Amino acid sequence: MTETEARAQRIGAPVLAVEEVSLTFGGVRALTEVSFDVREHEVRAIIGPNGAGKSSMLNVLNGFYQPQHGIIRFRGREFRGMKPHVAATMGIGRTFQNIALFRGMTVLDNIMVGRNLKMRGNLLQEAFWLPAARREEIEHRRAVEEIIDFLEIQHIRRTPVGQLPYGLQKRVELARALAMEPSVLLLDEPMAGMNLEEKQDMCRFVLDVNDHYGTTIVLIEHDMGVVMDISDRVVVLDYGSKIADGTPDQVRSDQAVIDAYLGVAH
Amino acid sequence: MFYREVGQYKTSYAADQALLPILQDRIGIAVILLIAFVAVPLTASNFALDSVLIPILVLSLAATGLNLLTGYTGLLSLGTGGFMGVGAFACYKLTTFFPNVNIIFLILCSGFFAAAIGTVFGLPSLRIKGFYLAVATLAAQFFLSWCFIRIPWLYNYNISASIEVPTKTMFGLAVTGPTASSVTRYLIVLSIVAALVLMAANLMRGRIGRTWMAVRDMDLAAELIGIRLYQTKLLAFAVSSFYCGVAGAMMVFLWLGNAESESFNINQSFLILFMVIIGGLGSLLGSFLGAALIWGLPIVLRHAPDYLGLHIRSATVDQSTFVILGVLIIFFLIVEPHGLARLWQIGKQKLRVWPFPY
Repeated sequence: MTETEARAQRIGAPVLAVEEVSLTFGGVRALTEVSFDVREHEVRAIIGPNGAGKSSMLNVLNGFYQPQHGIIRFRGREFRGMKPHVAATMGIGRTFQNIALFRGMTVLDNIMVGRNLKMRGNLLQEAFWLPAARREEIEHRRAVEEIIDFLEIQHIRRTPVGQLPYGLQKRVELARALAMEPSVLLLDEPMAGMNLEEKQDMCRFVLDVNDHYGTTIVLIEHDMGVVMDISDRVVVLDYGSKIADGTPDQVRSDQAVIDAYLGVAH
Repeated sequence: MFYREVGQYKTSYAADQALLPILQDRIGIAVILLIAFVAVPLTASNFALDSVLIPILVLSLAATGLNLLTGYTGLLSLGTGGFMGVGAFACYKLTTFFPNVNIIFLILCSGFFAAAIGTVFGLPSLRIKGFYLAVATLAAQFFLSWCFIRIPWLYNYNISASIEVPTKTMFGLAVTGPTASSVTRYLIVLSIVAALVLMAANLMRGRIGRTWMAVRDMDLAAELIGIRLYQTKLLAFAVSSFYCGVAGAMMVFLWLGNAESESFNINQSFLILFMVIIGGLGSLLGSFLGAALIWGLPIVLRHAPDYLGLHIRSATVDQSTFVILGVLIIFFLIVEPHGLARLWQIGKQKLRVWPFPY
């Protein structure tokens, strides 16, 4: 069985879908009737020229923006619009284009914050550091250390995030999102601003996450090489509308996509 | 040179997550506690206890309360004085209603009244941030100040419009009121402050502390991780006001012995805020350093000429104290904008790598 066939077998039914989603800001139409779905365990890329509405799409998916029209389906439930903490509780994780880490806290604390939804300790237990709080802290520390090992950031555990170089910050942000144990992970330009080596590392981590944890991945990326290499299916947006959807090969040869990226003669 | 954690291996997460993971820190704190609980009560004069140590401890607790809110959760508040006042007046009313209940229990209970009021005035914090929130809490300060003057029920219709602390005893020993000895009051203040600060330290190393700091550093990301901003901020207001309330109650019952509404006005709020800023935002140690500097320095300056044998008119000394204190505050903020606690951090780091520069 070839690698491609093995992947094809892993990929399951759609878990997340948007139907006819439209989003406007005053007179600006950020998204116009966009529909697509994401299947279990796949790596789904969203691409498009600048201002195509890619980040808006992710923001709709995890409830940061409320679309005016359309439906989001997630694991059999329908939402008119998501709410951020509902998305988080249901297992949608997220990283940001401009890193959104907690800069004053250490790497370890940042990732521990990602475990917040799984922790139950209350004020009294924590103030008196009762055995329950202590046990919970250690249990989650163990889970966080696994992620730290997985992403190879052991050496910066105790470093405040603000002091780290850009590439590592991106990795810490991925770690924090993973700490939520998401079933779907939204990555907004995980490789932006990185050099070739850092990009290769990041690609490996994204694929490893997909492989090891079985996480479904939706990512926005500008580097076409990366997108074509690691994604199973690609959706292309331009001026807020979907212009193509399919495997990397299909998308690459699509005339509308070529026109959007290269421009057309009028 | 002696401050190195080299060779102190931790073999469990429990050891790694201890409050003071480094041996030298544990020894240091033990020594400080020993001095504070044993050496000071045996040797210190009444003046040192009444005018230096008790005030610094009480103000440190209030600063800790404000630090939890402003330093750890990033919510600027100018209502500290008001919340301290709520604690003080609540404690006074509680002693009136329950004259036979243990006074320490009542002091701690009065913190809950402050917490409730603090939570109510924390309600605007979801919608407004930064300086605008400061203005909203300023409104709380003025409203509470007004209540302390205009509602005579609060001070039992006393003609002088002030609280006079009744004498309360524990185990036959006067704890509050004019007959209580300085040492007794000092030990009670010290015990309460030590216990509450330990609880704050526990909170800050656990889940709740992390959610507060997350809200401070990047509230949008915190929300997307599943932190409920509203609940988190209100909890911070409640806990912070609890600390301020207990500090206010201790201020009246264990330090001053009586108090007017003036004690809890806007000046008090600013004083505590300065302590937090100069001590270090987001540092429990900073609350103590800030309180010690702002309260202790004027006393040192006032008595320095006598010790040096200089004879200066007391009015001149008082005036120059303000000038010198102001200059010192500006100096500290220029040298280290992150407060005295950061200076201490830098010093520790230097000790760790000594004799090498880095």
